[in-house]
Amino acid sequence: MTEAPARTRGKVGGPRPRWFPARLVGLRSETATARTLTFQVPGWPGHLAGQHVDVRLTAADGYSAQRAYSISAPADGEQVSITVQEVGDGEVSPYLEEGMELGDQLEVRGPIGGWFVWSPSSEAPVEQPVLLIGGGSGVVPLMAMVRERARSGSRAPFRLVYSVRSPEQVLYAAELAELSSTDGLVVDLLHTRTAPPDAARPVGRITPEDLATPPGWPASPPPRAYVCGPTAFVELAIPLLLDLGYTNKTIRAERFGPSGG
Amino acid sequence: MNSPIDTSGESALDGSAAAGPFADVFAGDVSAAVVTCGGCRSSAVFAEQHAYLGAPGTVLRCPGCDHVLARLVQTPTEVWLDLSGSSSWRFPL
Repeated sequence: MTEAPARTRGKVGGPRPRWFPARLVGLRSETATARTLTFQVPGWPGHLAGQHVDVRLTAADGYSAQRAYSISAPADGEQVSITVQEVGDGEVSPYLEEGMELGDQLEVRGPIGGWFVWSPSSEAPVEQPVLLIGGGSGVVPLMAMVRERARSGSRAPFRLVYSVRSPEQVLYAAELAELSSTDGLVVDLLHTRTAPPDAARPVGRITPEDLATPPGWPASPPPRAYVCGPTAFVELAIPLLLDLGYTNKTIRAERFGPSGG
Repeated sequence: MNSPIDTSGESALDGSAAAGPFADVFAGDVSAAVVTCGGCRSSAVFAEQHAYLGAPGTVLRCPGCDHVLARLVQTPTEVWLDLSGSSSWRFPL
């Protein structure tokens, strides 16, 4: 990265991130090892698709731990939803994944992140096509973008390339199937370990063919790519995008560490 | 940005992971600010710099040359911020 990026569309800067008390008001099981938690956050100023919150737990003795989680759904009043994947260790995730019950409270800081965000550009003559590339639970902020597109009625060409180990690990499977059949969203699942019997693509990690530009996309403006996943996944995907003609001005990436996925 | 954030300090995350602590000091989200490295003079947005959390504190490094750009430590009574490794911060309005 040696050049200054173009101005981000949307509300860069935005409301000042600060800490808010949050109460758990919704729980939804996504897979055997992941669930979505919806919090009621009084005073929440709203957020953009792709932003995240810091979640803080404080024990009775004053010890506190915090972690960052992507928001999984567009702004909806004072509600903030995150999807948590069981990881086996850590201080915060096991509580969010298993221990926390409806009515329980914690603190969230946000909205954070004015860079890895997408907003509809309905005023543009041709909306910019968007390629979303998610590895494992890296799909979470991308799902917020997919849902924001549907919520806003945007017609921007959207394609989600979603890499998962096995069919059982697919987050938001039913909703993605619904949106891809009714809303013009293209969803391609890449299975890295186990594929369903009828899958055309052999199992394996992401390849250049998986990211080829769909034939129906406009020649201009050039598509923008959002990549989110474990560090190794992102580092694998970015060179493929550069080979396809994407640049450091049209790629936005978010890595979440060596594990996960 | 989904969990788990690695706090061992051995593995770099994106600057995005450090945006929360910096937002407290800068009174706003700094993810889209362009930070220029005081070592190699290359520029990138804050979100795409390298972040190391739990050092204790937060360290921002240049992804090109690994130069320390910023260090932030918060205690119960004060915040300590060292920006001496970066030559400039440019904020979009």
